[in-house]
Amino acid sequence: MKIQQISLFAENKPGHIASPSRILTKEGIDIRALFLADSQEYGILRMIVSDWQKAAAVLEAQGFVVKVTEVLAVEVPDRPGGLTDVLSAFEGTGINIEYMYAFPYLRDGQAILIFRFNDPDAAIAQLQTAGINLLASEELLNI
Amino acid sequence: MSTLLEPGLTHCHPASVPDFTPVEQLRALQLQRLQAVVTRAWQHVELFRSRMDELGMTPADLRSLDDIAKLPFTKKSDLRDTYPFGLFASPMKDVVRLHASSGTTGKPIVVAYTQEDVNVWTSVLVRALAGCGLHRGDIIQVAYGYGLFTGGLGAHYGAEGLGATVVPASGGHADRQIMLMRDFGVTAMCCTPSYFLHLIDRADELGIDMKELPIRAGVFGAEPWTESMRQHIESRSSIEAFDIYGLSEIIGPGVGCECSRHDGLHIFEDHFYPEIIDPDTGEPLADGCEGELVLTTLSKQAMPMIRYRTRDITTILPGKCECGRTLRRIGRIGRRSDDMLIIRGVNVFPSQIETALLQTEGTLPHYQILLTRVQGLDQMEVQVEVTPQMFNDKIGALQELHTKLQGSLDRVLGIRVKVALVEAHSIERSEGKAKRVIDRRTS
Repeated sequence: MKIQQISLFAENKPGHIASPSRILTKEGIDIRALFLADSQEYGILRMIVSDWQKAAAVLEAQGFVVKVTEVLAVEVPDRPGGLTDVLSAFEGTGINIEYMYAFPYLRDGQAILIFRFNDPDAAIAQLQTAGINLLASEELLNI
Repeated sequence: MSTLLEPGLTHCHPASVPDFTPVEQLRALQLQRLQAVVTRAWQHVELFRSRMDELGMTPADLRSLDDIAKLPFTKKSDLRDTYPFGLFASPMKDVVRLHASSGTTGKPIVVAYTQEDVNVWTSVLVRALAGCGLHRGDIIQVAYGYGLFTGGLGAHYGAEGLGATVVPASGGHADRQIMLMRDFGVTAMCCTPSYFLHLIDRADELGIDMKELPIRAGVFGAEPWTESMRQHIESRSSIEAFDIYGLSEIIGPGVGCECSRHDGLHIFEDHFYPEIIDPDTGEPLADGCEGELVLTTLSKQAMPMIRYRTRDITTILPGKCECGRTLRRIGRIGRRSDDMLIIRGVNVFPSQIETALLQTEGTLPHYQILLTRVQGLDQMEVQVEVTPQMFNDKIGALQELHTKLQGSLDRVLGIRVKVALVEAHSIERSEGKAKRVIDRRTS
């Protein structure tokens, strides 16, 4: 259920995202989801890609500092309350969301939420108990 | 044979025998060589003779080693002012080699060697490498630049003279260096400490564990480095790191080197005579006092250097080394008087920044100091490359790292500096010495 996400450190300057993007393009690696967290001076580019091992290897070979982290992808109906239902599952559990990002996909009126939890195993158990649909990495990549 | 020799000598490398010369004999040899080299410079180097004339001195005034303090100093500017060949004491037909420094400002400085000078240079490097426990059978990779810089060829001749197998990799091409180290089973490396650190980082990125390679010794020089950097290098590889000292003006690498005790660097005193002076007054200081190292070449033919001011700040360590060598030792050179930065009136040395970074992270990322002047006020920015060990994909963790680095630098330096986290490999690498300071202040 865990999905490998790759994160890059980037300075917050013009053009600094273009270079990793170009490297992935050249290797034929598809970016399925992307989120840029930034401060005034630097940012973290988080991506879920079609082949994370290859992506990490080629980026590292080009001198980028790459971190692979495990995240969870949750599918929810794209309607008011969709997110609230998921978040409610964690109330009172002590499981903390370190960060999250979301994107809709148009086919089935669903949205996908990407979470990094402080305790992914506990989060999986909690989501499964609540009957919330977790996507496996193949499912996410085949959307 | 062992009964005639000093303790410690019985197990030493044959080339190291002069390192154990009884002190009285060594002083007598130094005086005799000092008189000869001063006479040579006086006869053949116009600048030196005119300075002696001004002082009303002749070589005959040198009756004891203490009399050296009466001689005039030689400075780096003397080499520039007499560019290219003004300080040569040999005719060009006797000069077999020229080297030159990279002149960051203006003309480079040129140094010359006769065949005998090259032989002496090789012999001191053999002694330096032998003192690091290296010998025939070792495979020594030389990753100093080969060319006008003395590092590459100097270390090369020394390693070859030792009877070791030399891999003349020269500088740069980190991936290739690592490949050679692994595929050739390299057992020792000669390069700058900052370059070796770069190789460790690069090996990490390539998924190669430096600790599993056969390399067991590093002989590092050509730039000042700290004890904490040594510990850091040794903890991330399986090598014993030795500090070697030298400068082109004197001969190149091999003026002095650590032995296995790592308690200061033995100066090869039969060829280079060390003094410590007060850099402001020029007065000689007693052993144990910190000051500027001044060196006199005792056997150089092509280009004798009399009381050359190195700008390196150190001490002559009192007492004998446990290794049994009678050669005096200098403390490790952590700073040069040239390196001192004055930021808003506060003295700052780049080595302090290294210490602060190591204290904070237990790792030494590549860094650079950028100096600017904004509305008449000096600004100092320390750019620190984010390494895989430091990187965390949570913004909060990066901000915490930033704050920690900021606090540590403020504390160590005593002034407010700006810290910038920058991408790995974004700071330019030089092939040899790390360029730590970029000064964009215009006065």
